[in-house]
Amino acid sequence: MSNIIELKNVNKWFDKFQVLKEINLTVTQQEKIVICGPSGSGKSTLIRCINRLEEHQEGQIIVDGNEISEDTKNIEKIRAEVGMVFQQFNLFPHLSILDNCTLAPIWVKKLPKKKAEEIAMENLKRVQIEDQALKFPGQLSGGQQQRCALARALCMEPKIMLFDEPTSALDPEMIKEVLDAMVDLAKAGMTMIVVTHEMGFAKEVADNMIFMDEGRIVEKAKTNDFFANPKSDRTKLFLSQIL
Amino acid sequence: MNNFNILKPNKENLNSFILIGTFFITLSFIDIFSNTFLDLNITGFLPNFLSYFSPLIIGVFGLHLIRIEYSGNKFLDRINSSINSNFFNSVLTLFIIFVLIKYIPPILNWFIFDADFAGSTKQDCTSEGACWVFVKVWLKRFMYGMYPDAEQWRINIAFLILFVSIGFIFLLPQKFKKYIILYLLFIYPIIALNLISGGVFGLKWIETGAWGGLSLTLIVSAFALIFCFPVGMFLAMGRRSDLPAIRYCSIGFIELWRGVPLITVLFMSAVMFPMFLPDGTFMDKLMRVIIAITLFEAAYMAEVIRGGLQALPRGQYDAGKSLGMGYWRLHFLIILPQALKLVIPGIANTFLALVKDTPLIFVVGLLELAGMIGLAKTNPKWLGMAAEGYVFAGLVFWVICYAMSRYSQNLEKKLSTER
Repeated sequence: MSNIIELKNVNKWFDKFQVLKEINLTVTQQEKIVICGPSGSGKSTLIRCINRLEEHQEGQIIVDGNEISEDTKNIEKIRAEVGMVFQQFNLFPHLSILDNCTLAPIWVKKLPKKKAEEIAMENLKRVQIEDQALKFPGQLSGGQQQRCALARALCMEPKIMLFDEPTSALDPEMIKEVLDAMVDLAKAGMTMIVVTHEMGFAKEVADNMIFMDEGRIVEKAKTNDFFANPKSDRTKLFLSQIL
Repeated sequence: MNNFNILKPNKENLNSFILIGTFFITLSFIDIFSNTFLDLNITGFLPNFLSYFSPLIIGVFGLHLIRIEYSGNKFLDRINSSINSNFFNSVLTLFIIFVLIKYIPPILNWFIFDADFAGSTKQDCTSEGACWVFVKVWLKRFMYGMYPDAEQWRINIAFLILFVSIGFIFLLPQKFKKYIILYLLFIYPIIALNLISGGVFGLKWIETGAWGGLSLTLIVSAFALIFCFPVGMFLAMGRRSDLPAIRYCSIGFIELWRGVPLITVLFMSAVMFPMFLPDGTFMDKLMRVIIAITLFEAAYMAEVIRGGLQALPRGQYDAGKSLGMGYWRLHFLIILPQALKLVIPGIANTFLALVKDTPLIFVVGLLELAGMIGLAKTNPKWLGMAAEGYVFAGLVFWVICYAMSRYSQNLEKKLSTER
């Protein structure tokens, strides 16, 4: 299958502190990758670079055939094809759930309102909160909000989905409902890059695992190999601590 | 009676303490009433200082006697917990009540009971209170300034159209609302200006120097309000821009205008500004003043709105960007609606300040309500009427500002989507 994302020798600094070191990564279509690692290892920065919420200083990032760089004029077009779900949900609190989902399709993709609402209701149904459509984000539980955030991203009909610790801000009992929605999405064939500590989810869904530490990709392996016999000591230590 | 100590009220002798306490409190009220209304000082035998404070001292002693915790009497407990919980509170309570009793009646007398309403000259004001005849006689000038009497219907109609249109906003369904608002913002000002200034459709031309009074206050405020909001918004966005040129221009503009007193700005607009215009071009004085006030208040507005922009979490920007929105869509669909809602109190503050700043346009010779009163009080036939005039101006400004304040509170409630 063809590569949909390619990172070549990507380096990134926050001032003098190097957060990403020599990152090389290819993602093929419909591949599911789970990135794990200790906090501060650069996982979130890495996926935020893929839709240029962060800028990288060296190396190449190619998404769906377009290289992302400073003079990318159509960065908005690329972002529209890459959905993202955040740790803090980041729903728009001044809009109802339905409007959260239709805003971008109407104003960015220029869909007619009716069509956008149809798509929104479909996606809300998919994550099982269609009955909350007219409420405001503040009236929903954390799990419902995160599922709405997922639906909102899906309404743009993205080719790739990025997840930045989607369950880290949730109460334990709400984690499952969000993960279930993500598993469904994976089964439907979406290309996904997920930063998470939910190893159960990783085992069930991921094709490949990546372990990051101090800005480097320490280990990349097939999911079964990764858990069965990790190669590096750092990975072993990490896995022993969280499993 | 066991344990009876007059200085230490206790529950056992509840009834006697209530009786004695109430007696003292009543005494203090009798004292203050006789003092205020009957010109009779029943504690006149005391030294001056003591006599002046005697009601307070007697009353506080009375309140001390009835301060009995958990007395079982609901009414008494409620008084004790809310206005008589300790020595300081009892003093404060009585002090406020006595000040009201002593000073409200004279004020009411001045305003209404001793005031003159009938007549048409200063000589008709014979009583001690306010001379509202002054306001009555000059009311037309206070409303319309030097605008010719025969043409004043034009101002009336302009404002009538405004109020009717605003009425429609509340009456008509949501669908038409935005058209009326667009009409009010873009078409109505042109109609109103043409109607009031004339020179078209056979209406007599009336130069802006003749405009004045409350109508001028409202015209200047309305235009400045409408324009300063978007200008301030763009300045606020400019100050947070990634492009250094735009950012530094915005900072420079804001800091320049915030650092100068409005009165100097107005003076400059009237005296200095025409010098920079090419020969032969002319810009109306009123228009220059409106532009000056607009830019001045826009600088304040910008900082208020910037406060709102900064209060939004970065995640909102991230979410908007990740959905493929560019700078303008991100700001107009996501950031500004939330930021503006957050700073409604600040925006209302700036708007109120703007309305109350309009009297300063007297420095360029334009006389709105307060300016017109300043002129009328120097009329030889009406000397000594400053108090009535400025009290009237104060009342009118208060009504306008209070209405705006209430509206902003309603808006805040209506737009709230919090739980």
